[in-house]
Amino acid sequence: MVLFFVVAPFGVYPVFLMKALCFGLFACAFNLLIGYVGLLSFGHAAYLGSAGYATAHAAKVWGWPPEAAIVAGVAVAAVLGLLIGAIAIRRQGIYFAMTTLALAQMIFFFCVQAPFTHGEDGIQGVPRGRLFGLLDLNQTLTLYFVVLAIFLIGFLVIYRAIHSPFGQVLKAIRENEPRALSLGYKADHYKLIAFVLSTALVGLAGATKALVFQLASLTDVHWTMSGEVVLMTLLGGLGTVFGPVVGAFIVIALENYLAQLGAWVTVVQGAIFVVCVLTFRRGVVGELARLIRRPL
Amino acid sequence: MTFRIALVLAAMLLAAGPAAAEVSDGVVKIGVLNDQSSLYADLTGQGSVLAARMAVEDYGAVAKGLKVEIIFADHQNKADVGSAIARQWYDADKVDVIVDVPNSAVALAVNQVTRDKGKAFLVSGAATSDLTGKACSPNTIHWTYDTWALANGTGNAIVKTGGDTWFFITADYAFGHALERDVEAVVLKNGGKVLGKVRHPLNTADFSSFLLQAQASKAKIIGLANAGGDTTNAIKQAAEFGIVRGGQNLAGLLIFITDVHALGLPTAQGLIFTETFYWDMNDKTRAFAKKFAERNRDIHPTMVHAGVYSSVLHYLKAVEALKSDEGIKVIEKMKATPTDDPLFGKGTIRADGRKIHPAYLFEVKKPAESKAPWDYYKLRATIPAEQAFRPLDQGDCPLVKK
Amino acid sequence: MIPLLGIPPQALFGQLLIGLINGSFYALLSLGLAVIFGLLNIINFTHGAQYMMGAFAAWFLLQYAGLGYWWALIVAPIVVGIVGIVLERTMLKRLYQLDHLYGLLLTFGLALILQGLFRNQYGSSGLPYAIPPQLAGGHNLGFMVLPNYRAWVIGFSLTVCLGTWFVIERTRLGSYLRAATENPALVQAFGINVPRMITLTYGFGVALAALAGVMAAPIYQVNPLMGSDLIVVVFAVVVIGGMGSIMGSILTGFGLGVIEGLTKVFYPEASNTVIFVIMALVLLVKPAGLFGRAQ
Repeated sequence: MVLFFVVAPFGVYPVFLMKALCFGLFACAFNLLIGYVGLLSFGHAAYLGSAGYATAHAAKVWGWPPEAAIVAGVAVAAVLGLLIGAIAIRRQGIYFAMTTLALAQMIFFFCVQAPFTHGEDGIQGVPRGRLFGLLDLNQTLTLYFVVLAIFLIGFLVIYRAIHSPFGQVLKAIRENEPRALSLGYKADHYKLIAFVLSTALVGLAGATKALVFQLASLTDVHWTMSGEVVLMTLLGGLGTVFGPVVGAFIVIALENYLAQLGAWVTVVQGAIFVVCVLTFRRGVVGELARLIRRPL
Repeated sequence: MTFRIALVLAAMLLAAGPAAAEVSDGVVKIGVLNDQSSLYADLTGQGSVLAARMAVEDYGAVAKGLKVEIIFADHQNKADVGSAIARQWYDADKVDVIVDVPNSAVALAVNQVTRDKGKAFLVSGAATSDLTGKACSPNTIHWTYDTWALANGTGNAIVKTGGDTWFFITADYAFGHALERDVEAVVLKNGGKVLGKVRHPLNTADFSSFLLQAQASKAKIIGLANAGGDTTNAIKQAAEFGIVRGGQNLAGLLIFITDVHALGLPTAQGLIFTETFYWDMNDKTRAFAKKFAERNRDIHPTMVHAGVYSSVLHYLKAVEALKSDEGIKVIEKMKATPTDDPLFGKGTIRADGRKIHPAYLFEVKKPAESKAPWDYYKLRATIPAEQAFRPLDQGDCPLVKK
Repeated sequence: MIPLLGIPPQALFGQLLIGLINGSFYALLSLGLAVIFGLLNIINFTHGAQYMMGAFAAWFLLQYAGLGYWWALIVAPIVVGIVGIVLERTMLKRLYQLDHLYGLLLTFGLALILQGLFRNQYGSSGLPYAIPPQLAGGHNLGFMVLPNYRAWVIGFSLTVCLGTWFVIERTRLGSYLRAATENPALVQAFGINVPRMITLTYGFGVALAALAGVMAAPIYQVNPLMGSDLIVVVFAVVVIGGMGSIMGSILTGFGLGVIEGLTKVFYPEASNTVIFVIMALVLLVKPAGLFGRAQ
């Protein structure tokens, strides 16, 4: 996978790749929750967008260098994750999903009203700056490799979290929560930690995206964005390691390709949802894993 | 894992140079970026694409041996979609100039991208006067109209005829804010008062709550600082709530002929507003409108369509003279050359990127006065070009030397 | 008139009335959702799109068949209800054994498809639909002019809501429904065709959404996106009211509409979020919802 991404920008339009990487990270972080903890968060866009706004604001209005702006974005997303997670974790299954959706909607309306987000206009003209004072992020290729590095770091964090005792406990909770509780694991704490970890990484994706596109807008906090990440993960394969990345790639490519056709994008996305839920529940990577009989 | 990380880091450090592909200049590629599916689709949309095509045909590109291509896309009124399309067009699709772009928020974003990439941007659809003010750029020309011209034309006329207390219903984004700001300034300058303001999201279907607030304020004039579908919805619903019967008047601050067509003359009659083009002004505009309507399902050209035609025509003339389509240089040439086209007549382009031409105050005819479909306006006043737009020194544009 | 808390009574009553109108739609839609969830345990995300289809059906009937509003009130819900039944039979049925979340995802996907198709065909700025002439005009109530149509909306939706509640809670058919929710196998053993009941219930819930759509057409303009932002609010209403409670949905629907209207008067900036804030509070204090039964 790494080799592909290192070579790709010399053939494929780098901004497209960067978009795919950001969304890939977004989807991986989302997958951490649904694939490994079994929690469907239908409001994950809130963290993507608010991190984007925080980073954009920090970079443009406060003039922070990109690394500090990104940290600001991650921090905002993590704090939001803590607050929303604390409320939502009390409920299970469908109710959890509905709660996260509604609370994310609150964040959306807050972003519409708050003066610093400039509502419909968004925060425009976000400066990319120089990373650590050395790397000029205005050069597309430099920016690309920075984004790639960020993605890999995020991916690694998730990978380590899953393949660790912590990850095992999460799986135990997903499989049979009462039993995990009876073994002495404080399920709620673990769920909350996983939630905050997920939202922080989503924040990382959102912050990076704001710098790549130099724009933070309402689209990133709207609930349809939450739906998109569910689509990416479902298509790629819930609970697989590489699935979300593949899913993100496919969905972004589809959007690009179909952009000229306007609303067909939504129709195709919906169709993929329907097909996946009915017949293709394991997703692309999930089916692949089953074929080669190795966990992916 | 560690080896892979090291590989990536090494690649990162090596890749420090620029990597953008070179743009070929064998073709002049024009990108028409506007709203193709939402509330502004009728007044811009495919009509603008047609206007651009007609400009290329009338210019005689084929005969002069200049290869011109036109592509279009829908920005869906989202700044991120619009700026992503602009970026991709400039980076990967070799587009040289973007035209139209209604929706001021998107226009501001595209303005920035164009500046960063050194290309050209000819705005016909968007209204915010900031495009020639604090956001002015050497790569952008603001063509057809702007919020200051509307405020100065419509606002002035209404206040002078007794509409001295206002309540604004404003679209909550860059355009609405700019229009509200500019009209408020005119109202206050003429001794009027603003009794209240309310903001509504773009593409609002139900104005009942806002109209009630406007009614409660008892302002003589309810200023609609919005456009397209929002304006027509507000006007139709105002009739439901008996606003005009109750003694208040609606001021549509930005109205296009497609809006009047959608409302119908019985509802729209008496509306007063400012535009810079009307298809029935003279023989040349009528000829254009006839050809346009034939190819556009009989929908007659709005001033935005006219602006796209006019700007593309002038752009092509500048490209021919310069023998190059390099963004900043073409814009400079366009500013240095006076304009002359069948739709706007003779005009000039200022240092801040503002195209100057006369503005007109129109009133919508009563149904009995209209003799044919699309025969909707009567001319109330002509504002000469020098007075129609904000004076050069009042705009805070960094390009203007004080 | 004396201003109440600094707000002139015109503004107050005016917004209250508008709140009631919005509340009517919330109630109708959340009723449909509650009925579907109560019996099928499926969160019908397609509800917003079905509401939109109801409005479009009314428009089609007018454009192509010359059938006006009164016809649409009957025909549109039936047509859209049938579409819903087809959906249930072909797709939803397969998901009953699975985790309920898949139902949510499927209906979400269906909503995207429907919305995308309509948006492709009709753009997103709305088609006009005239108020039926019998309901045009308004009454001057002194503090505001109340358009007759909007008064009709409040009255008719109240009737439909109470009628539905009556059928479900007080008739034999309703009791079969409620029993089947609790223990389908046992009810089936009594000889009642449970799968058919489920299908018809889904169709009924969808028809309610379509009815709301027809009623919305003259006010909100027929627009492919009309359901999409509304659906999230309706979800919040249903969660607050209690997912399986019929009366709960009706009361919370109207109540929240009124609260939203009042917020618009006193603190307009919060009017969009107030419903979600209330939802968060209710979930913290009474997770099953105000009228819900703990599951």
